[in-house]
Amino acid sequence: MKVVLISGAVTGSNTFTVLKALQKELNQQAPEAEVTLLDLRNLNLVFSDGRDFREYEGDTRLVAETIMAADALIFGTPVYQAGISGALKNVLDLLPARALADKVTTAVITAGSPHHFLIADYQLKPILAFMKATLLPATLFVESKDIIDHQIVTDEIKTRVKRLAQDLILTTKSYQAQLQLLEDELF
Amino acid sequence: MSMIQDYRFNPKNGIEFGLYSLGDRMPDPLTNEFVSEKQRIDELVETATFAEEAGLDFFGLGESHQEYFVSQAHAVILGAIANATNRIKIGSDATILSTSDPVRVFENFATLDLLSNGRAELVAGRASRLGLFKLLGYDVEDYGDLFEEKFKLLLKIANNEKVTWSGKFRPPLDNAEIFPRPLNGKMPIWRAVGGPAQSAIKAGKAGVPMTLAMLAGPVSRFKETIYYYRQSLRLNGYDPADFPITTGGVFYTAKDMSTALREYYPRLNVGMTRANGYGFNKRLFAMQRDPLEVMAIGNPDEIVEKLLYQYEQFGMQRYIAHIDFGGVPHKKVMEEIETIGTKILPKLRKYTQTYESEAFQKGGMKE
Repeated sequence: MKVVLISGAVTGSNTFTVLKALQKELNQQAPEAEVTLLDLRNLNLVFSDGRDFREYEGDTRLVAETIMAADALIFGTPVYQAGISGALKNVLDLLPARALADKVTTAVITAGSPHHFLIADYQLKPILAFMKATLLPATLFVESKDIIDHQIVTDEIKTRVKRLAQDLILTTKSYQAQLQLLEDELF
Repeated sequence: MSMIQDYRFNPKNGIEFGLYSLGDRMPDPLTNEFVSEKQRIDELVETATFAEEAGLDFFGLGESHQEYFVSQAHAVILGAIANATNRIKIGSDATILSTSDPVRVFENFATLDLLSNGRAELVAGRASRLGLFKLLGYDVEDYGDLFEEKFKLLLKIANNEKVTWSGKFRPPLDNAEIFPRPLNGKMPIWRAVGGPAQSAIKAGKAGVPMTLAMLAGPVSRFKETIYYYRQSLRLNGYDPADFPITTGGVFYTAKDMSTALREYYPRLNVGMTRANGYGFNKRLFAMQRDPLEVMAIGNPDEIVEKLLYQYEQFGMQRYIAHIDFGGVPHKKVMEEIETIGTKILPKLRKYTQTYESEAFQKGGMKE
């Protein structure tokens, strides 16, 4: 099982902090899983220009190919101007339309205030659904007051990190197992 | 414009059946057998020759400029095929016009028409793989504009003895004469259309015949594209009855549907990954057993049923089968041609030709 976490912020550390905690939790709960955390702060991506994702070079190609090879994905983004980051939207724009078919995905949103609680549901999930992702019902919304010195300090969020990791593993394992059975019986 | 004169089709003969190849050379995922470039090119010539023997109407060859392909110089291979055959129509499918010079392309294919004694056709496309853009230093940003400009110039060269032209991507032509000319002065030039209706609409606007590639999906979706094409012809002052349509897609036949699906899936899935970067969804593939889905797969009778349904829905003049993709061994390709010639083509002809039968001519069948 390949799980890929994408931290869609090119500056700031809150989104990365939450995804790092999720990565640790996923490693503990599913030691057999290969969990990769892509941090857009350290990657040099070009803007999507519509070409086949394999024809990009360097980090752009690496990010696109890593996502295409994943069984499960967590997309993390800060909220900028009441929306997901441009950097994360650019990552999604690199991919083919059906890129997320047969992949279990969910979202992590970090924000400075509770104003943007529905960004995951109103903005990110419709995009992921269009790309044929299997979406977890739960997402994670973290405010900056929940993170102090690069650590999650709120017990409620710590619990939700555990639950979200659990949901992701459960759904991905079930999906993969059933998909395998179904595909074996197709013809 | 006339279907018979300009495009060499006689509708009364029923649907034409052809083959096309992308000229890919890939290891067979089932056996890992991987033939040499020399052998693969020889096989392409042999495929066309045997298609002629089996009574097929057309053989088309495309160009792709990247790993796992061998027909970059597709016009040269078609020249060898012209020399090895006598009757079968031959053509590109498709020539990447966007990154080539229309003058050179026309020279090649007019020569091919002379070599083949008037059997050559040219199908111009925008490219679904972009290897040539990189090799020749073209900007993918100009993908659409390059094609539109060069296609217009190509048609101008084909329809005029002397050409005066200027554009963005090529030096101007001033009263230029392009030689040689096709055998009878004219040669069919098609526009290759993939999924999007936009390209079909442009084919109609230009008043050229359309070759429509269909990988998978319900027949009704492609019927819509064909409808847009014919509407576009009408809106631009043409009569759709004068323009042939070719449809084509992957084709695999075996003794029963399950065997066909099992044998073909790895070739298509791995082949697509090698050619385009991502494989073919297995569940979507399994749906192709449905007669309402376009992919020509199944036992010979199931394929006849599918193609006749498509003929009913599309009214196309030619169907071209893509039988050698993804490392399908040459021996199997030859078996498929034999099956087409003996079990598929006779039935398709029987149900699509419209000339009066002998009984009808004698008056026996008249009401």
